[in-house]
Amino acid sequence: MRKFFSNGWTYFFLLIGLAVVWLPLWYMLATSFKTQSAIFEVPPRLWPNPFTIQNYVDVLTTNHFDRYFFNSVKVAAGTVTLTLLVSSMLAYVFARVKFRGRDTLFSILLLGMMVPPVMLIIPQFIVASWLSLFNNHWGLILVYTTMNISMQTFLLRGVFELVPRDLEEAAFIDGADSWTVFLRIILPLSKPGLAVVIINSFLYSWEEFAWAQILIREESLRTLPIAIANYQGEHLTEWGHVFAATMIALIPVILIYLIFQRNFVQGIATTGLKG
Amino acid sequence: MRAQSKHQLTSQRFFHDVLPTIIFLLPGFGLFFLFMLGPMGYSLRMSFYNWNLANPEMSTWVGFDNYIKALNDPVFRHAVLNTLIYTIITVSVQMVLGLCVAVLLNQQIRGRAFFRVSYYFPVITSWVIVSVLFEYLFNGQVGLVNYVLKDVLHITTTNLRWFIDDRLFFVPMTLLAIWKGVGWTTIIYLAGLQAIPAELYEAATVDGANGWQRFRFITLPLLRTTLVYLLIVLVIGGLNAYVSFFLITNGGNPLDRTHSILTWMYKVTFLKRDFGYGAAISYWLTLFVFLISLLQLKLLQKTADY
Repeated sequence: MRKFFSNGWTYFFLLIGLAVVWLPLWYMLATSFKTQSAIFEVPPRLWPNPFTIQNYVDVLTTNHFDRYFFNSVKVAAGTVTLTLLVSSMLAYVFARVKFRGRDTLFSILLLGMMVPPVMLIIPQFIVASWLSLFNNHWGLILVYTTMNISMQTFLLRGVFELVPRDLEEAAFIDGADSWTVFLRIILPLSKPGLAVVIINSFLYSWEEFAWAQILIREESLRTLPIAIANYQGEHLTEWGHVFAATMIALIPVILIYLIFQRNFVQGIATTGLKG
Repeated sequence: MRAQSKHQLTSQRFFHDVLPTIIFLLPGFGLFFLFMLGPMGYSLRMSFYNWNLANPEMSTWVGFDNYIKALNDPVFRHAVLNTLIYTIITVSVQMVLGLCVAVLLNQQIRGRAFFRVSYYFPVITSWVIVSVLFEYLFNGQVGLVNYVLKDVLHITTTNLRWFIDDRLFFVPMTLLAIWKGVGWTTIIYLAGLQAIPAELYEAATVDGANGWQRFRFITLPLLRTTLVYLLIVLVIGGLNAYVSFFLITNGGNPLDRTHSILTWMYKVTFLKRDFGYGAAISYWLTLFVFLISLLQLKLLQKTADY
């Protein structure tokens, strides 16, 4: 029906693509289990021999990646919670409450989707310094939330508009206030949409580099992306260590990806959020 | 809230409708003004000054000088050229390759979900990780790419130094962006492809259209919105290239030949401490992005007429 190629050619092309995608990832994983001397071996091996977990032990014990991991978890948890709360409240108003100037307000909010994040770094840095947020995880959480607000509110407004109105109208007649309707009706009926928001804001926070690099100068407060980048810069040839750190940073992302795989693809396809 | 709007009691109306609305809007717009709109305005102001970071009141007004300075700055011009070349290569390859993969995956074949999950995988690895990975793969001494080119294929006799040369560095930079990005492009295409009614293909097949004809006369025209959307988002993403350039070459000290627009902005601002000039560079970029967004609206309107 929707065939453009025969099965043979289809698999041929798809498998080539698969090799191109997996080879670099596999090589990274393999290197993380190699000894330092094996990394300089010619020809390079695709299978680590001898196999060692020493890189992981070093990275976690002597290089403080456990601390950076914890910092990242903390910042991601804050960002996800705050983004979820703030965006869903905004989206509720834009989906359900009618007032003058609402559409203008919404357009202003959508401006945030057009602005290149790196462009804001200079003035955001100045604002953060005013608020004494330099070297402070709250500076990361608040800015990450802000950078997510526009897109996630846009997404949730669409989701909330699909919730049938009869339910809330019945609740209002029974004397419920907007807060109750929001918490008891709108949110529980929008779980798949909320999952997409969780994924998006988690990934943003977990991977963000540019802002964290500016704001966090104190070594013990680093999040994983800055820790990896700096580690690679400082330990130029210790690729085994670098990739062990990288794999540690990837584990939560892979887990979330595999668990929410369906929501992932839906979320990407409906919002078009750039990964 | 709707049910209550018929009431005329103003105080009740205030506590029931207006106040909750304000409370719902306040945290979001508070953050938005503090960290988005405020900074945008502040940055615009800075771009017209020779900005003094320690004493902002001591800054001197220079009008459009910072903007003109950018146009006459050879490093900025080279950074623009680099960014444009990078954008053209990465966008065109991702558009074509993503469509090919999507068409292949849109067929009824076994293992579709597996392929889709696999192809999307590089997208969820971060820019930092992909940059580090490609720095390793293209490393001068221990890189896999040099090994293959020199010892397996014998194309070169020496190890190529991919990140030093201001032309050669495009190879790893664009490849990493394409490798990371194609999965995303594919998913967007797939969403577009699945919206095309199957009956169209069936009818065309009955009329004797072959695979290419079906692709050319059904798939492509009906994908127009998707194509325009992808083009714009990818171009904007390309123009904003930052992390990979920053981590891999960082402009290439000391010659500054391998900057992207944003790595040069970073260097001007945070290393040379010329905040006004840095702000002007970011506004040049924003203007560019804004014009492209307008173009998107125009093209989409055309699609609607179509």
